[in-house]
Amino acid sequence: MFEKRPIILLLLATATIMVGTMVTMVAPFKWINDPKLAIASVKPYTPLELEGRDIYIREGCNNCHTQTVRPLLVDTERYGEYSKSGEFAYDQPFLWGSRRNGPDLARIGGKYPDAWHVKHMKDPQSMVPRSNMPDYDFLQQPLDTSVTERKMKALKFPYSQADLAALSGKSELDAMVAYMQKLGNDIPWRKTGRAEVLGELKNPFQDNMAVLPEAKELYLQHCAQCHGRNLQGDVGPGLEDLDQPDSKLFGTIYSGSPDTGMPAYGDSLGKERIWKLVTYLKSVHRR
Amino acid sequence: MNQQEGYADEIVKGFIISSMVWGFVAVLLGVLISFQISFPELNIPPYLSYGRLRPIHTNAGVFGWGIGSFMAFFIYITQRLAKNRLWSPGLARVQLWLFNTVIALAAVTLILGMNRSKEYAELEWPVALLVVVLWVIFAVNIIMTIVKRREEQMYISLWYILATLVGVAILYLVNNAAIPVSLTKSYSAFAGANDANVQWWYGHNAVAMVLTTPPLAIFYYFLPKSTGVPIYSHRMGVIAFWSLIFMYLWTGAHHLLWAPVPDWVQTLAMGFSIMLIAPSWAAVFNGYFSMKGEWHQMQQNYLAKFLIFGITFYGIQTLQGPAQAVRTFSAFIHFTDWVPGHVHMGALGWVSLVLFAAIYYTIPRLYHTEIYSIPLADLHFWLAVTGQLIFSISMWIAGVQQATMLNATNPDGSLHYSFMETLIELYPYWYIRAGGGVIYFASLLVFIYNIAKTISAGKAQAVAQKA
Repeated sequence: MFEKRPIILLLLATATIMVGTMVTMVAPFKWINDPKLAIASVKPYTPLELEGRDIYIREGCNNCHTQTVRPLLVDTERYGEYSKSGEFAYDQPFLWGSRRNGPDLARIGGKYPDAWHVKHMKDPQSMVPRSNMPDYDFLQQPLDTSVTERKMKALKFPYSQADLAALSGKSELDAMVAYMQKLGNDIPWRKTGRAEVLGELKNPFQDNMAVLPEAKELYLQHCAQCHGRNLQGDVGPGLEDLDQPDSKLFGTIYSGSPDTGMPAYGDSLGKERIWKLVTYLKSVHRR
Repeated sequence: MNQQEGYADEIVKGFIISSMVWGFVAVLLGVLISFQISFPELNIPPYLSYGRLRPIHTNAGVFGWGIGSFMAFFIYITQRLAKNRLWSPGLARVQLWLFNTVIALAAVTLILGMNRSKEYAELEWPVALLVVVLWVIFAVNIIMTIVKRREEQMYISLWYILATLVGVAILYLVNNAAIPVSLTKSYSAFAGANDANVQWWYGHNAVAMVLTTPPLAIFYYFLPKSTGVPIYSHRMGVIAFWSLIFMYLWTGAHHLLWAPVPDWVQTLAMGFSIMLIAPSWAAVFNGYFSMKGEWHQMQQNYLAKFLIFGITFYGIQTLQGPAQAVRTFSAFIHFTDWVPGHVHMGALGWVSLVLFAAIYYTIPRLYHTEIYSIPLADLHFWLAVTGQLIFSISMWIAGVQQATMLNATNPDGSLHYSFMETLIELYPYWYIRAGGGVIYFASLLVFIYNIAKTISAGKAQAVAQKA
């Protein structure tokens, strides 16, 4: 019967398309916006963070970086606490992405100090050897704030004139770093989720000089970007004169030290390689 | 060929040539960004960086090459199946100009960083508005031609065409809802998990309404035309049509498995994705069964080769897709290179092979001549298939390897590899993928040369006849 009636076919096709649309696209608004899923500690973006987010969008960062940690071991061990829908209440648009050419950034906030991000954006390979990220040196240009206030109004985010005044003199890079540091940090997961080191903390490589060449390589690959090739310090403090027990050094590298900006390496390096690093650092100290 | 006189075919030529230009741009950019992934120093920020070029690659491919040639063949097919001239050739000329303006504007605005960030809906609101105008002009013209048809029966291709016209309109209007801030900047009207769910309802159904129903309309028309055999079962095509456009709309959230959208939406998406195998394979079987007793044409008729390989890639695609939509498998391969491998088999294999066949079929008829060279068309075919298989297979292996490394744990439960350690292992696959892209690009050059030679021969003959 439809073979001869194009308008009826058109209407029926529309109705057919609308069934799945209503159930899986329209109805979920009710579930997603359930007040029980809201998280009180999640705050809207400040003007600087919002400008940073807009630069992230402009540069198409979401083509390579996702912003959603799945409740799966491979994700939570690598990136941190899994993402909750309430955390994205102010994300217009969402930036979950679809492909990880680079790591997930949903929990990047607070992982590295600002200075790390600045160096990394200007020259990614200097911080992460063999990374394939393009360099974003040009973000040092001044931030365009001509429509910032209109953006805040459009999104109905709270702001003060002082917030806007504070934007003067900021670069795009400053905004980007501010955005990075906000990501995933509105819930206190880093304190609760901080890896605890269990078991006896005895260095299995103590005084084992045979591991030093490999350990030095590890240092150059993972630590030298911040602490300097010769341990002289740069973004992080110098390490030539460390006088700490092995177990304390291990704990700092394994779990990080959020107050000083030292990231945790337990996830990415594992225990064995961290003990080797400890052995290397102690050998330099002894010299 | 006389019956073709009277049809508005000049406009079809315009759309075919435009879409070929945009297809060329899409593949060229694809090759460039595949090298940029392999060699980051090839990024020249701000304009020529991967993040800004990738949306141009996808937009030029899906909308420039895909939609452009669908417009050409919808106009071509509809007139012939309606046995009537296009309702308004003047409107179609406006549509052609607007189409090329919109795609060019898309490329310029995206390279300048005006980008809404939503995949396949990146265009900022003024350009998106032009897209809406373009689609309305197109839809009205096609629908009116069908309404005023002289052939009472509507062949299955027209069903797919009508569904496309309405489906794309609904999807595009909802997902492009935005709050404008300035001429060049807007924010999505939806937030967070809501926005994600709307986006992938759109994103996956763009696959349905742009990359499935239009090529199916074209396949159902050009397979009988190219091979001289009727479609095996009209009824199977009809059943597949209704179940396809019903089920597809439920599946968007399979892009969001394990993400913070409601579990029941994900589960529905998973179930319907698996059910979609049935209507998808109905089209595949319709293609295969039509060839019964005619398989020798695969050797003798280069058009059959393009069409049957095209529907075969569609068949593989629609088995792989549902597999990826299962939670456990998604947990493994999602976010890896497996997915670009999957997508490109659909884009370079299924959609493009069918479009190549349709262009090879129509261009000689539109210009009243023969194809310039069948051996070159064969060369085009083998280069395209080889390039595409190198691309997809290398990416599947890369995806599985990376997923395996990401999942590897030490005896104490900690992860064995850092993210960077898994990424470093991908470089060799990325070099191979870029090589596959270069081969596909070469196939496109052969194709363009062959078509250009055919057109110029046709024009020369027309001049000679007049003299």
